[in-house]
Amino acid sequence: MIEIDGLKKSFGSKHVLRGVNLHIARGESLVVIGGSGTGKSVLLKCILGLVRPDTGTIAVNGAPVAETREAFLSRFGMLFQGAALFDSLSVWQNVAFRLLRGPERRTKEEARKTAVEKLARVGLGPEVADLFPAELSGGMQKRVGLARAIATDPTVIFFDEPTTGLDPIMAGVINDLINSVVREMGATAITITHDMSSVRAIADKVAMLHDGKIRWHGPIDEMDTTDDPYVSQFIHGRAEGPIAAIR
Amino acid sequence: MIASALATLGRGTLGGLAGTGRVALYAGAVLGHLLRPPFYRREFFVALMQIGWLSLPVVGLTALFTGAALALQIYAGGARFSAESVVPSIVAIGMVRELGPVLGGLMVAARVASSIAAEIGTMKVTEQIDALVTLSTNPLKYLAVPRVLAATLSVPLLVAVGDVIGVMGGWLVGTERLGFNSATYLRNTWEYLELWDVGSGIVKGAAFGFIVALMGCYYGMNSGRGAQGVGRATKSAVVAASVLILAANYLLTEVFFSA
Repeated sequence: MIEIDGLKKSFGSKHVLRGVNLHIARGESLVVIGGSGTGKSVLLKCILGLVRPDTGTIAVNGAPVAETREAFLSRFGMLFQGAALFDSLSVWQNVAFRLLRGPERRTKEEARKTAVEKLARVGLGPEVADLFPAELSGGMQKRVGLARAIATDPTVIFFDEPTTGLDPIMAGVINDLINSVVREMGATAITITHDMSSVRAIADKVAMLHDGKIRWHGPIDEMDTTDDPYVSQFIHGRAEGPIAAIR
Repeated sequence: MIASALATLGRGTLGGLAGTGRVALYAGAVLGHLLRPPFYRREFFVALMQIGWLSLPVVGLTALFTGAALALQIYAGGARFSAESVVPSIVAIGMVRELGPVLGGLMVAARVASSIAAEIGTMKVTEQIDALVTLSTNPLKYLAVPRVLAATLSVPLLVAVGDVIGVMGGWLVGTERLGFNSATYLRNTWEYLELWDVGSGIVKGAAFGFIVALMGCYYGMNSGRGAQGVGRATKSAVVAASVLILAANYLLTEVFFSA
């Protein structure tokens, strides 16, 4: 489904990605873990075309994503770290953004109906539809962001730090929602996070990014038993180990 | 010492030229998208309301006080060679050719360029611009094109309204403070005013509106990270728009009125 080979990206003298190789199968939920500043977000942005890689290839279903970007984005959804809701639009207009514009445009009534259905799917009632993002709590904003990400039933969904800034209970709710939505839709998902509860709730496979390369890649079941010292230090949150605590 | 100064000068010049090139390319991209679908009508009408209608009070008040002050100044100056009677015509010509468009443009720059740069800059740092891309929406087309078009169309109308209010400000001071007869004042205003005096000011207004929105969008889209980045983008947008308005005003005046 998604094949990343030899991906490199530097910003000036800072080499963020030093040759990332990663293959994600259709319907698989991959979680990318790694410390802050290890290039997880840059990796996502390279796949999306928001950042141009220096070298390497990214292909979706065998076709280079750079050449089929419009088609790729048309069946893609993303939940951003801060939800990235549009302040000037109401909640339902945010969720139905794609349905009100572009080739998938529908009537206002149809778009609103779909938005309310998607809001219900993430546990929000119709009374939220006419509120503005600034009137919502952080957890509600994340849910609206998730509803927007799944509004057009995408086949690929990215989640960027989905539980950052949420209390543990709300983080659990978001993890469960992501898990059920991804399974239900049969979508291919890539999540980047350092929240281990998210990893355990969402992942089929886990990839650890360290020093610009994929340090370890394997099924979630093997994560806890791997003898890789980097993975072990990271998942147990130990200050001592091969990963420098102060980077 | 001299080599170091020259190097600094060279770096500054190259930086300035590169910046000018980037703005020119950005302007070209905005113009290129003006006539190509999709068109975001809702965003255009919202921008029209915010840039045009909501700028009316500030532009109107600026014009009113400028026209009033101009009448006092010309009366005082004209009295030195017994030419007080030129007050109505000079106020009218000064307002519609120069002060109406320039001061209106500067006030819109302060109000609108800052607001656009801050809004788009905040959208950038909160990943809303990235979100647009993931929703198959071109940020330039969705954010910049409606605002630039709305400003280019609405600022000339603001200038026209400002012209009328400015002339009325002069008339108010002329009749209430300087002892002019109302009918004579208005007759002298219309008698010496030509259509192109008004038309040139309107054309200037369109150019200034384009500059204001373009600078707001450009600096907003290129905002740095965090509150400081957005603050710097906002300041740069207002400074650049104001300087470009004054420079464009000179060039347009040269083109329209040089012998």
